[in-house]
Amino acid sequence: MTTNPTAKPQGKTGALPASTARRKFLNGIAAAAGGGALLTLASLLVARPAAAQPAQALRPPGAMAEQDFLGACIRCGLCVRDCPYDTLQLAPAGSAVAGGTPFFNARAVPCEMCDDIPCVKACPTGALDPQLTDIHEARMGLAVLSDHETCLNFLGLRCDVCYRVCPVIDQAITLENIHNPRSDRHAMLLPTVHSDHCTGCGKCEKACVLPEAAIKVMPLKLAQGRLPEHYRKGWEEKARHGGSLIGDQIEMPVRGLEDKAYGDVRLNGEAAPNSLNSGWKP
Amino acid sequence: MTIGQDAIRTKGWLGAHRFLVLRRLSQSTVLLAFLIGPWFGLWWVKGNLASSLTFGVLPLTDPYLFVQTLAAGFMPASAALIGAAVVLGFYALLGGRLYCAWVCPVNPLTDLAAWLRRRWGLKSGRVPDSATRYWVLAGSLLTAAATGTLVWEWVNPVSILQRSLIFGLSGSVLVVGAVFFYDLLVASRGWCGHLCPMGAFYGLLGQKSLLRVTARQRSACDDCMDCFAICPEPQVIRPALKKVGQESPLILDRDCTNCGRCIDICGRDVFHFTHRFDQRSDL
Repeated sequence: MTTNPTAKPQGKTGALPASTARRKFLNGIAAAAGGGALLTLASLLVARPAAAQPAQALRPPGAMAEQDFLGACIRCGLCVRDCPYDTLQLAPAGSAVAGGTPFFNARAVPCEMCDDIPCVKACPTGALDPQLTDIHEARMGLAVLSDHETCLNFLGLRCDVCYRVCPVIDQAITLENIHNPRSDRHAMLLPTVHSDHCTGCGKCEKACVLPEAAIKVMPLKLAQGRLPEHYRKGWEEKARHGGSLIGDQIEMPVRGLEDKAYGDVRLNGEAAPNSLNSGWKP
Repeated sequence: MTIGQDAIRTKGWLGAHRFLVLRRLSQSTVLLAFLIGPWFGLWWVKGNLASSLTFGVLPLTDPYLFVQTLAAGFMPASAALIGAAVVLGFYALLGGRLYCAWVCPVNPLTDLAAWLRRRWGLKSGRVPDSATRYWVLAGSLLTAAATGTLVWEWVNPVSILQRSLIFGLSGSVLVVGAVFFYDLLVASRGWCGHLCPMGAFYGLLGQKSLLRVTARQRSACDDCMDCFAICPEPQVIRPALKKVGQESPLILDRDCTNCGRCIDICGRDVFHFTHRFDQRSDL
């Protein structure tokens, strides 16, 4: 039988000399520590690559940022049990999503945005933030109209399905009316997602009529860019301060365009009505 | 002679398997409590062994998982805190590794591996030091602290198996199969008795717990060795049975799982369940 160095001493080690006993004891500790380290490192090896959230797996409403979530979620599945629409699932072991953590696939079953948010109420640890009481504040992900080549509205049709099913219609998704340069006489009504209202529920992705959705909900980290901290938008600063901070620009005459605003090189001064660039300013 | 023949002759099959049968009942009752929800719509118990809610009022949380989230730098909310305190108190008071023998779904699996090993006379393999589990326990907490995520829960066979059974998930076959074949072919009682950090945690928790096995009638022992052969932690028996390093007839080692198989298997009724203050002994 192997020695158990952390157990209470079970009497003297018989007739062994002290040095042999000590060596046995230390060998035992080394073997146990080595085995422990081996198993621990193996678990790290499994956990490290799996820690990245896959693009099509969305977390329940109120979930902490992915890294924090993986430290706070104890994989009990109470949120899954309390989801009335069977939207949430527990990830099986060895899948791309961390095993045992809750997620949903918007294309399969989107979040119905319950007013009472039962999944958040069920969470015993607070990995789903109990501060979230208004489902419209949830940010499960962000819808991205990722394919402009197949989206029917981009092809000039009036599909509009993603816009119609959006629970935050006209705020999270709007239809932007622009000139269709292909036909040159029609409009395109482009579904446009606004991050300050989109909850990432995924109803748009679920409803997209294409065999493969052109609009997809992605985790925020994947969907969103971020401006550098020091960037300031000139027009916002101007509005906030009630005027330009660097003085009015000097307008130099351009030969042949004397009657136009500075920098306006469009052929006819008028922009097409309802076009995206109707508000153009130099 | 095969192990346990003596006990079956004196007590009958049921008498010689009393606590084994009770344990299997206990283990399946725990699982069924979670399964009558998805099967019959009776949501008395929700969640799984990591954390659950019974009758909408009683939260229960696995304290080992709770400690892992603490190590990862997160303070869980009150429901998990209360749940962990209830479970912690229960096992600290009653018997730490009661969990291993009476609740854990891995136990029937490793029991099966041990049974097959005995039956097929497998002696192969190499057994790791039984203190390895404490290092794995420390490692699981250290990696959680270093990475901020519950690293051990990616591979923890106990969590994976109970979750897969309760939620009907696939994907547990690999890690659970690994445990089974490790126990069958590499190390006798390798997983539960040497490596599992969850068992180590509950063992540490129940160091001073009340429920104990006593070798009260140790004078009747005829050295048949059946108890050593059947015990998942055979090193715990000798101090109590043979007075090695202690006078008390109680099995006080934290590794004892209170499975009661020594009581079952003994044809001479040497062992009994009792509390830790019962020092009665006939020797």
